[in-house]
This record gives sequence, structure tokens and C-alpha cells, in this order.
Amino acid sequence: MTRLFLIIAIAFAAALPARADVEIEEVVSPGGITAWLVREPSIPFMAIELRFRGGASLDAPDTRGAINLMTSLLEEGAADLDARAFARAQESLAVSFGYDVGDDALSVSGTFLSENRDEAVELLRQSIIEPSFASEALERVREQVLTGLRSDAKDPDEIARRTFDAMAFGDHPYATDYSGTIESVTALSRDDMLAAHSAAFARDRLYVGVAGDITPEELGPLLDTLLGELPEIGAPMPEPAPVLIEGGTTVVEFETPQSVAIFGQRGIAQDDPDYFAAAVLNQVLGAGGFESRLMDEVRKKRGLTYGVYSYLAPQDYAATLQGQVASANESIAEAVSVIRDEWARAAAEGITLKELDAAKTYITGAYPLRFDGNGPIARIMVGMQMLGLPIDYIATRNDKVDAVTLEDVSRVAGELLDPENLHFVVVGQPVGLESSVAN
Amino acid sequence: MTRLRAIFAALTLSITLVPASLRADQEGVTTFTLENGMDVVVVEDHRAPVVQHMVWYKAGSADEPVGSSGVAHFLEHLLFKATDTLADGELSSTVAANGGRDNAFTSYDYTAYFQRVAADRLELMMRMESDRMRNIRFTEENVATERRVIIEERNQRTENNPRALFGEQMNAAQYLNHRYGVPIIGWMHEMESLDKEDALGFYNTYYYPNNAILVVSGDVDPEEVKRLAETYYGAIPANPDLPERVRSAEPPQNAERRIIFRDPRVAQEYVSRSYLAPERDPGDQEAAAALTLLAEVLGGGQTSYMTEKLQFEEQKAVWSGAFYRGTSLDDTTFDVVIVPVPGLALEEAEEAMDAVLAQFLIDGVDEEQLDRIKYQLRASQIYQRDNVDGIARRYGAAMSVGLSVEDIQVWPDVLQAVTPEDIMEAARNVFDRDASVTGWLTRPISPEEISQ
Repeated sequence: MTRLFLIIAIAFAAALPARADVEIEEVVSPGGITAWLVREPSIPFMAIELRFRGGASLDAPDTRGAINLMTSLLEEGAADLDARAFARAQESLAVSFGYDVGDDALSVSGTFLSENRDEAVELLRQSIIEPSFASEALERVREQVLTGLRSDAKDPDEIARRTFDAMAFGDHPYATDYSGTIESVTALSRDDMLAAHSAAFARDRLYVGVAGDITPEELGPLLDTLLGELPEIGAPMPEPAPVLIEGGTTVVEFETPQSVAIFGQRGIAQDDPDYFAAAVLNQVLGAGGFESRLMDEVRKKRGLTYGVYSYLAPQDYAATLQGQVASANESIAEAVSVIRDEWARAAAEGITLKELDAAKTYITGAYPLRFDGNGPIARIMVGMQMLGLPIDYIATRNDKVDAVTLEDVSRVAGELLDPENLHFVVVGQPVGLESSVAN
Repeated sequence: MTRLRAIFAALTLSITLVPASLRADQEGVTTFTLENGMDVVVVEDHRAPVVQHMVWYKAGSADEPVGSSGVAHFLEHLLFKATDTLADGELSSTVAANGGRDNAFTSYDYTAYFQRVAADRLELMMRMESDRMRNIRFTEENVATERRVIIEERNQRTENNPRALFGEQMNAAQYLNHRYGVPIIGWMHEMESLDKEDALGFYNTYYYPNNAILVVSGDVDPEEVKRLAETYYGAIPANPDLPERVRSAEPPQNAERRIIFRDPRVAQEYVSRSYLAPERDPGDQEAAAALTLLAEVLGGGQTSYMTEKLQFEEQKAVWSGAFYRGTSLDDTTFDVVIVPVPGLALEEAEEAMDAVLAQFLIDGVDEEQLDRIKYQLRASQIYQRDNVDGIARRYGAAMSVGLSVEDIQVWPDVLQAVTPEDIMEAARNVFDRDASVTGWLTRPISPEEISQ
């Protein structure tokens, strides 16, 4: 699920507020590294977010999971510190470092106090530039990753997601989980870690966001210290993925009382001129928490589920529109049927003016709520940069949402929503559902 | 490794003096009490024009009548239905139409409702939230539909997850007489028979201003919050018959308990142990502070004692950890977990963990490690100022279990004052096998094993 959360976060970063009072400065270091900065001197700490485009999709085909394992090893020893010494150093400075990877990016997050900033930056630098990949750590962390993979293999949500991705994305990396498989992870070597490191970390794919107690004059040299030793270029970026979803249902038998379903179809790219209309449509259809049509029909009216959602998933190399629902084995068929009906109804009829207005008010009003801390602000800024948005985008974004008309949404609903090619993957022992392909 | 921590962690949840001029403390916190007894906490942060508005009721699953487990949580769902002035679902749709988010959560000791929205919408939130404190009007149809929803919620959270089912059995074995042994969401067979009277009975017992705490955080002025709170919540009469909050207490625990939970869906076997442990009490938080630091020293992270021994030195664990949740009305638990490396039987893993716990009682606390932990705790007070909603939740949870504002404000100092000797004494007291449950989460016995 990590992946979907990331996608949703990125999708939201494109959607901005009425009055988010955030002033972004561009800082270019003496060495030529660009960062976006929001100064917030009132609390003596800063948050930095680094993102390297490509992420786990840069895995070589025969070493799937290498970049994920490499990312997990970054905090397990660097320079002359072994894993335990590195952990003690982090504790001694009261820093918080995070290393994460997804389909489209590898991210490094740092939060540290102003009082020991230089030492914190040096420690973070070591983990990015000089990770040890010691064999003791490699074996220990490999086992943790394998433990996670074994758990995923018996987790209905993960089984559903993997089945859907395998069906949807052909031979693209998106078709397989970025953690790899038991076999591929078992076979990974230290050389694979070194190769994964040089594939993923390079200046040609770097984005930086900083928020907190630091001035532009201080940030420039900090960026050069932290990132100046990175190589210029990394591995070639992946090709676009095919989206091969066709209608029908895939049932994966799994002994459990509640069936879990992931459903989806082709989506819409984030740079598409109709993206905001699609975002409004999705808000009405399935994104709006308690308020969406899917929630209203499946949960509030019929009590068939605890939660049902749809989401635009505009990844870098493929765009899908997906959703999730879970319902008892006896009632999942009805839930699927109601969702299919709602999909068809929205495709044929679009939405109402009242729904349009409520969705626009929500999307525009919700924006300032996301700027709630240095870490979130740093993450939003890297998201904006990765989408190629201008630095003053925040001020203009709500106008783009407000400009969406009922005609736009109805047209996009007809073009985007494709009930014939909406596929459901259902994991469980669903009553009254069988695997099928579209008519 | 947060991922493994999340997978294997023990399941955790969820003054009448009104000064003339309200003054905030260093965390930006102002507190006062309305005339009808409703406590109010305001946490100021003026960096963004956002407010979070929460109402916490001092009523959770452990306050439910015997036989209707899950009713506290069921009522929480039903509170999103109609009132005299709001249509079914109108509260949430109004919040959304104002660009906000709302939700609610239920725990053993409290139920809380909240909205996050632009700061200039605070009054609207108070008008709606105060309305549903006394004026909820759900129908039989609402009850029937929403009961299906909570059953699906139990399916999703618990029935579909062997670790959650195992955790329920651990708790049920730990508590011989106290309601903490019953799951918050309820036992399925009792949830299925919850009805309108059950929900209204709970509502009409506990949903009153003198049993609630208002917590407002964000870009607000305490004087303005006070004026609005007096208008909307101050107008609601207190319940003079609010029952005293006394639950059935635990008898002396004299027998070590062991459970084995078998499920074919178990991917990774592990051993979990819980010990009955004291909680934070008003004016008496020292023991809980020592246990909080014991959990950190023993199993809180990469440099903890259990991790050092079990993962790095002996290489018997993929993961291990210790947990303690001190903010609780009644006796809580201290938990330790070991996830063995492949090929190591649960019996051997348990032995390895017990040997490490025994050795810890001999070795004592590494003072350098304790210094690092205390420094991190001090730093966290700086980091927390970046998340006022977190401060707000901390106040809400602590006041819901009867801690005072002073208890909450001195807690960081109480933690800093803990000595290595305090931690060792806490360890000797809590590691009482007679008051413990040891659980194995494992797979069903295969036919070959049965025939042997």
C-alpha cells in the first residue's frame, strides 16, 4: 500500500489552495544544486526532503528488489560506522532520517535540530554517499525484507494489488512489486547493492525541498556538503508502461471471511489539460470520504462495507484510475455490482451542478490543511518540482479548479470512465462471483 | 524497519477556575472549564489558518454494559446521523463543503470526534458538534444499516487478520475481570445483536458536557474559543447523575497463562508476552515514567538491549521489541515480542527472549543509552511544536483517563528524572510471570505432526 499512498500524495500536491500562505524561495547552491525553501524560523529545527526520480523502477530485470533492499541498507552502516554505531549517532543527535522507495522515486527525509545541524548533515551525507552495505547488515536486512514478502503473500490486500498490477502492466517494472520476490531477493549480492546505488542516486534526477529554521545563505553550502559528491548521471529512465486492463473479474481463492477487491481501468496523466476535471469527477465518484457516491451507495445506504474508495493514480510511466472495497464473502458480489452501476451511471450522466460545486469547494478549501508542518511542506515542494510546476503555482492553482465546468466534467466522465473495461480483482471466497473476461 | 514494527507491534489503539485573562504555557496551551463542567483545552499555532476542533467523551468500550460489547464504537458511527437541526450525514457533508475533514475514534477509555477545517469555520463546527451532543435522532433503519457497517469493519480489521485475532485472545487472557479484555470493536456475536436501545442507553448515560473535553488547536485565540464554547457547549445542562467511573477490577493474578493461536493465514510465526502493568495516575506518574523508559531501553529501537542481543549478537530474531502504553484509566500492559529467524522454533525463540530479559536484570541500564533517550525526549518537545494537533490529541487522551493539566505538563520532567535504579525496579516489578500471558502465533498442526 505504500505505493498507493505515495501516488495519492503526489496527485494531491497538484491541487492547491485558496490561501495557503506559503512563500517558496528557490535556492541554488554554489555547486549548482537547486532547492525550494520555505523559511520557518519560529521552531529551531528543519526538515529536508530529497527525491530521486526513477526509484525502484530502475531495477535491472534480473535483480528485482535490489533498489528496495539497497534503500533499506542506507541506515545500516556508512563510512566508518557500523549499523549500531550509525543508530547510536542518530540517537545522540536526536535526528530522524527516513529512507523510502516506490515505483517512481527514492526519497530521503531528514529532520534535525538547529543546534547540531552540521553534525546531522554530515551523518546524513555518509548514509547517502558512503553506505557500507556490509555483509552482516545485508543478511540481516535481507531476512527482514523476506519476512515482509512472506507476510504479503498471505495478505489479501497485497495479493489483490499484485494480481491487478501483473494483469495491468505487461512486462514493465510496474507489473511486479518493487520489493522483489523471495527468489530474487534471496539471490541479491553486495555488488547488486553497489549497482543499485549508482543507478538510483545521481544529480540528474534530484529534487530538494527544505522547510524550517535555515536561511538561503546557510542552505547553499549545506546542499553542496550533503549532495555535491553525487555522480552527474544514473541509470536510464524506464520506458512508459502499457496499460492492458480489460473488463471482467478475476477471483483469487483465499480462505478468509471478508473478500477484498481492487478495481481499475485506464486513467489520465497529470499533465493532461483535463486532469482537474478528472479530479473533480473522482472526488464526486469515490474520493470524497463520507461524501462520495460510492460511499453513499455501498456503505451508507446498504451497509455493505466499512470503506470504498476510488483514486486517480497518475504514475510517471502509466496512468490508471483505481479503487478498493472489502465486504463479507456473502455480500461482495452485491458491492461489486453497485460499483459497476455507479461507474456506468457517472459515465452516462456525468455529475450534478450541486456535486460539482461541493467538490470544487472541497478541493480548493482542503489545500491549506496540508501545509501542517515543516516535513509536509518539504514533501509538497518536491512533489511540485517533480511535476514541473512553476514555483508560484500555489497562487494560481485554485483558479484552475474553479475554472472546471459541468460540461468539462460530463465530457471527461464520458471519455474517461469506461465501465466496459473496468476490471475487478477479488481475493477471498466470494459467493456469486467467478473469474470472467469482458463480453 | 518501521514496517516490521507495524506488523508485529502489540495492537494499540486509540477546574472551575476561569482566569480573567487566559495565558498560554510554552506549548501554547490554555485551559479552562465551563460552568457546566466541560473542560476546554486550546493549543495555539498561528502559522497556518487552520483549526482542529475535537470533543472527547470520557466513555469508551471499557465503560460498556456487560453483554453489549462494541456499543461505544457503534454509537460513534450513529452520531453521524440526523439531529433535530441536521439531516442524516449533513454534518460531514457540511464539513466537506467547507474544505474540511471530519472523523471520530473510539478507544477503551474514550470516544472522540474531530474536524479539521479553515480557522474561520470554527463556530460552524461548534454549532454542529454541540448539537449532536444531546440531539441525535437515529432511526431503526440507520441502526440496521450501520450495524452491517461495523460488522464489515470488524471483518476488515480483525477477522481478516490473524495478528489481530491473536491480539484479542492475548488481551482476553490477560484480563480476568476487567473490560480491557474485551475488544473495542466488540465480540462479533454481541455486535450482531446491538440495537437502538443499547446505543441510546450509552448516549444518554455519557454524552454530557460534564463528561466531555473540548480541545481546539491551531490558528485560534483562546478568548474567542472561550466565548464560542460558552455559547454552544455552555448552554447544555450537565448530567447530575453521571455515574462514577468505576470498572470491575482485576483480582490478584496468580497464574501464568499461555495461549497458542493457530491460523493457516499466518505467514510469520512469533512469540508475544504481555505483563499486567500500572498506568499513569493523577499525581503519581513515576512508575509509569520508569516503565516508559524501560520499554525504550529494552526494546525501543536499533540500539535497545533486546535488539543488540537478539538481532545483532545471537542472531535469533528478525525483529524484537518492547511496548508500554501508560495513558490508560486502569491497569495496562507491558509487552515484549520476538520474531524468530527462519528455522528457529517458537519454543527456542521464547527461551532466547527470556534469557535476554533475565540477563538484563543482571546487567542493568547502559547510562549512555539512557542519556541518548532522554536527549531525544527533550528534542521531541521541540519537534512536537510543529504539530499542534499532536499536542491536542495528547491532552485529549490524557484528560480522558483522568489526568490533570498539571500531570500532563510535568510529564516530560517526570521522564527526565527517571534514574537507572528506577528503571531496574520497574523491570523487577513488572516481569511477574504470574501476571503474564505468553502467546504463540503459529500455523495449524500438519497431518504428519498429528500422527507422530
